Amino acid sequence: MPAALQESESFAALRDLFSRRIAVLDGAIGSMIQTYSLIEADFRGSRFADFPHDLKGNNDLLCLTKPSVIEEIHTAYFAAGADIVETNSFSATTIGMADYHLESIVTELNHAAVGCARRAAQKAEATTPGRRCFVAGAIGPLNRTLSMSPDVNRPDFRAVTWPQVVEAYTEQIRALIDAGADALLVETIFDTLNAKAALFAIDSVFEEKNIRLPVMISVTITDASGRTLSGQTTEAFYNSIRHAKPFSVGINCALGGRAMRPYIEELAHIADCRVTCYPNAGLPNAFGGYDESPADMAAILREFATAGLVNLVGGCCGSTPPHIAAIAKAVRGLAPRLLPTIPIALRLSGLEPLTA
Amino acid sequence: MTQSASSFLVVGERTNITGSPKFAKALKAGDWDACLAIAKQQVESGANVIDINVDEALIEGETTMVKFLNLIAAEPDITRVPVMIDSSKWSVLEAGLQCLQGKGIVNSISLKDGETEFLRRAKLLMRYGAAAVVMAFDEQGQAASRDEKVRICTRAYRLLVDKLGFPPEDIIFDPNILTVATGIEEHNNYAVDFIEATRIIKATLPHAKISGGLSNVSFSFRGNNPVREAIHTVFLYHAIKAGMDMAIVNAGMLGNYDEIDPALRQLCEDVLLNRSPDATEKLIVHADAIKAQLDAAKAGGVAAAIATVDAWRNEPVEARLSHALVKGIDTFVEQDTEECRQKYPRPLDIIEGPLMDGMRVVGDLFGAGKMFLPQVVKSARVMKRSVAYLTPFMEAEKLRAAAAGEATRAQGKFLIATVKGDVHDIGKNIVGVVLACNNYEVTDLGVMVSCDKILAEAKRIGADIIGLSGLITPSLDEMVYVAKEMKRQGFTVPLFVGGATTSPAHTAVKVAPEYPHGVVHVLDASRVVNVVSSLLSPAQKPAFLAEVTAKQGKSREEFAARRNKRPLLSIATARERAPKFDWTIVDIPRPAFLGSKVFSDVPLADIVPFIDWGPFFSAWELHGRYPQILTDESVGVEATKLFNDAQKLLKRIVAEKLYTAKAVIGFWPCNAVGDDIEIYADEARSSVVTRFHQLRQQLEKPADQFNHCLADYVAPKDSGHLDYMGGFAGTAGHGVEDLAAKFKADHDDYNAIMAQALGDRLAEALAEKFHKHAREACGYGKTENLSHEDLIREKYRGIRPAPGYPACPDHTEKPILFKLLGAEAATGIKLTESCAMYPASSVSGWYFNHPESKYFGVGKVGKDQVTDYAKRKGQSQAEAERWLGPYLDYDPT
Repeated sequence: MPAALQESESFAALRDLFSRRIAVLDGAIGSMIQTYSLIEADFRGSRFADFPHDLKGNNDLLCLTKPSVIEEIHTAYFAAGADIVETNSFSATTIGMADYHLESIVTELNHAAVGCARRAAQKAEATTPGRRCFVAGAIGPLNRTLSMSPDVNRPDFRAVTWPQVVEAYTEQIRALIDAGADALLVETIFDTLNAKAALFAIDSVFEEKNIRLPVMISVTITDASGRTLSGQTTEAFYNSIRHAKPFSVGINCALGGRAMRPYIEELAHIADCRVTCYPNAGLPNAFGGYDESPADMAAILREFATAGLVNLVGGCCGSTPPHIAAIAKAVRGLAPRLLPTIPIALRLSGLEPLTA
Repeated sequence: MTQSASSFLVVGERTNITGSPKFAKALKAGDWDACLAIAKQQVESGANVIDINVDEALIEGETTMVKFLNLIAAEPDITRVPVMIDSSKWSVLEAGLQCLQGKGIVNSISLKDGETEFLRRAKLLMRYGAAAVVMAFDEQGQAASRDEKVRICTRAYRLLVDKLGFPPEDIIFDPNILTVATGIEEHNNYAVDFIEATRIIKATLPHAKISGGLSNVSFSFRGNNPVREAIHTVFLYHAIKAGMDMAIVNAGMLGNYDEIDPALRQLCEDVLLNRSPDATEKLIVHADAIKAQLDAAKAGGVAAAIATVDAWRNEPVEARLSHALVKGIDTFVEQDTEECRQKYPRPLDIIEGPLMDGMRVVGDLFGAGKMFLPQVVKSARVMKRSVAYLTPFMEAEKLRAAAAGEATRAQGKFLIATVKGDVHDIGKNIVGVVLACNNYEVTDLGVMVSCDKILAEAKRIGADIIGLSGLITPSLDEMVYVAKEMKRQGFTVPLFVGGATTSPAHTAVKVAPEYPHGVVHVLDASRVVNVVSSLLSPAQKPAFLAEVTAKQGKSREEFAARRNKRPLLSIATARERAPKFDWTIVDIPRPAFLGSKVFSDVPLADIVPFIDWGPFFSAWELHGRYPQILTDESVGVEATKLFNDAQKLLKRIVAEKLYTAKAVIGFWPCNAVGDDIEIYADEARSSVVTRFHQLRQQLEKPADQFNHCLADYVAPKDSGHLDYMGGFAGTAGHGVEDLAAKFKADHDDYNAIMAQALGDRLAEALAEKFHKHAREACGYGKTENLSHEDLIREKYRGIRPAPGYPACPDHTEKPILFKLLGAEAATGIKLTESCAMYPASSVSGWYFNHPESKYFGVGKVGKDQVTDYAKRKGQSQAEAERWLGPYLDYDPT
């Protein structure tokens, strides 16, 4: 075998956590930010006061311009019982920041995002001696997709190319690793090809830095058809990303937990790594909000845990620290899913899986 | 085939330029549709994977591969299977890998360029996440003998697995299928070499797979497809037994070993297994004979191909009826029904037997999301035709039965109507059709039906359920009224409400409390059957109603909680937060004409290009954006059929002038006074002709956002600037009802609904077209130069909000607009007592030119604004509250 890359210190620690119990991830960051009713000036801070473009809505930027808010949110989630929080860096790539003309600060932004989460983690660790709090570098899906055309009249057209996507992700990943993230979380995947480009970039950066962090992957099943937005079934998706040797794979966003059940079950059945689930707090209601109470959400995730389907639970859109607290409490003492032995086979996929 | 063949993978070769002249021709001609059709045909013929190879001297490999893979990515019927990217150039393979979201196969890598390059590429494949075909090829060349094949494959395997950690299950060896029967003696053992090498590799290199390009082996017999097919089949039979896992073949051209003519099979076997020195010679002689036969038969041999098309016609009559129902084919329905009638004792047996069985299949498929609404409606058309054919026979029977004192009853009686003042009925018709398909007796009272009539009719027929439909907001109040009346009159049957303006929340908060025996909101036709069957089942009904009631209770609590949470701004404060414009710099265009202009016969052909097809699909409960919806994975096929049917009918409507389109537009000098807009007789503002009254948002917003009101887009009277606004009314609805009625009389609900849906689309298109005229009349529209898509997305300056819609939710502004335009005389559109426009396919609204004008929703309004509004308008408080009911933030009672 080739000389293996050096594993990060966090790797063993996370492996240990997941072997002992069901781990808990944090909840939504965006909806928490909304509660602060921040205005354009808050997003700008003093540094971007005279920036010629609007910055309101650039939540990732708050890591630099309003770090206290972001740190406070992370702190609230650790206090609620999260083992892992995600950095506020969902869109912190050159492609994501292009909307705000802020491509030039991507590295800095990711450093700051890890910084906010790390400070919250250290604070939580100091409060409860012996506790270990983890920071996962969040890598979002991009607003440009590699497998779909934005122009209906030109189905072969793509708004972005593979090398551009790889380049954009590479800068983010380098920064997240350099700033000391404990794991990388490629999440809310709706186009598998974008995710594959992110995983390609991750593998390249690992080699460049001679280090390997746990890679967590989470897909979004768009609706009850059980497919990703780019059309893949759950198993087809898993076959597409399995080469990255993920630490965990799971489903987040879009559907509420209840509707996710069949797909989580499928993953639990086919995945030879850990399975994660962090749904929205139900389906969006007529007013764009989310209705599931902490108790509702906790009950659903507890069901999953009782059925032995999951290794990590948490929340996505609409979930709050009370949700996470309820979820952490609900899964306490329940055994994590055991990793199954999957027969070795050639596992291919188009939109659907093919095993030979 | 043999047992081990069950997991054998067929890799379609027809999208390989070297294997398919047809693909080569299409690709060189840039005929991408033809290329896609070939790929699709491969998948339809059973290819588990498709091989894509565009290697050709005159073709730029990288860009062609990328373009083709990207095109395939948009075709769910093709891209559901994995892709094998096939090229002799690494750069083409890598370009292809960057387009595959699935896990595909790269064909191929080998040791041809040495170990270093081999390992470099393999490592990248691990990073891309692809399986690899590894050719039995090394620095010295291609392996031909068994031992060479095994040696090279073993070397490659050890390098990949031991040195790189390449997953062994992702290695697919291609030990080279070489051509036999070439007349050269050394070639005679090539098939045996391959088969034996396969057996050894599978036994010694764990998890590795074996593949190969099949067409090579029979290359000597090109031009003689039957013989080639036989050779391939026999070769695979033996290679699969030895452990071959997959082959690149023409997926449509694989035979069955047992069905090959035994003489030919024997000769193929002799050649492939190298059983005798003269095997090749013998097969060539036999092959020539087959070819001669084929050529002779060609002249008269077309008939066989045609026969298969209508194979379903050979099934028993019940299966034919079921097929016709599921596929919505009405060509043979009367003929088949008659055949059934000869076979079954009573006509009703046919309805309850084969027809209901077929409709049950339709219902199941619809419920499971495997059939879509347009198909169901087509199925219903077949059903209705069949029933219509049987009706006279049943009538005759009934007369006989009446004499004998028998009676029959449908599953349940459903009474449905669009409420008083409302004219919209597409959704209601769809619900009626779907229920009728499920053997419910549906009585449809039509549109604008008064409460008295609905309830009297319900009593008369003994309705088991009453359904109310409505699209405009005043209909909500009418529904509440019907619910109250039902309670007063002592009804106990469940009440359904549905239609675009209804919602679960409104039903829970306003309607359900008025009637204690179950008020159910039905989102769309696909839900209605389940709900009806639950409600008509004495066993299920209590639990179902309890659940509905509980949900509605919760919904009411949430509504109350929400209402208490965010108090509205006072109207005075909201007005302070109106957007402020510097009227000295706002561009106020002066229209090219003032007063009204009538267009009494707008050619339909001029309107068609302005149609926005998106809502058309929504009307049919197919959800998705147009035109993507046409290629959507789940609904695409049906959406396309629906679209084609729509085009056909639309063409007829235009050609035969079945609808008449009329419109009137006008412009007037005006100014805003508070939240009202004054319309002046002339530019000197000598007198006020009329006033439009607008409502303002009262919801508290962040500091940088405004509380909008349409009057903000007009220069205030005290600004010193005269402004102008416009208005329009148009209809494409004259003729719609006649056409729909004709279809209905012919039991063709599908086209009846289609006729209405097209009427609605044409009316909206008419609005779009005249808005363009209006913008041109104001000058700024002359230079906008927008594509159709941009028009549909309203990417132009100016808006055309309609009274009764979110920016101005009061329908009673419509009569004021109509009077000012002279709309009724000009267009024949009448307003109902609820201010709905009749005929239904009509549109009206105002034109605002302000460069920053945009659509918004007024949202909830407070009592202070309503009091002020009623006063401005000269209405009583109660009347204003009645019209604004759903928008009130308070309980007026």
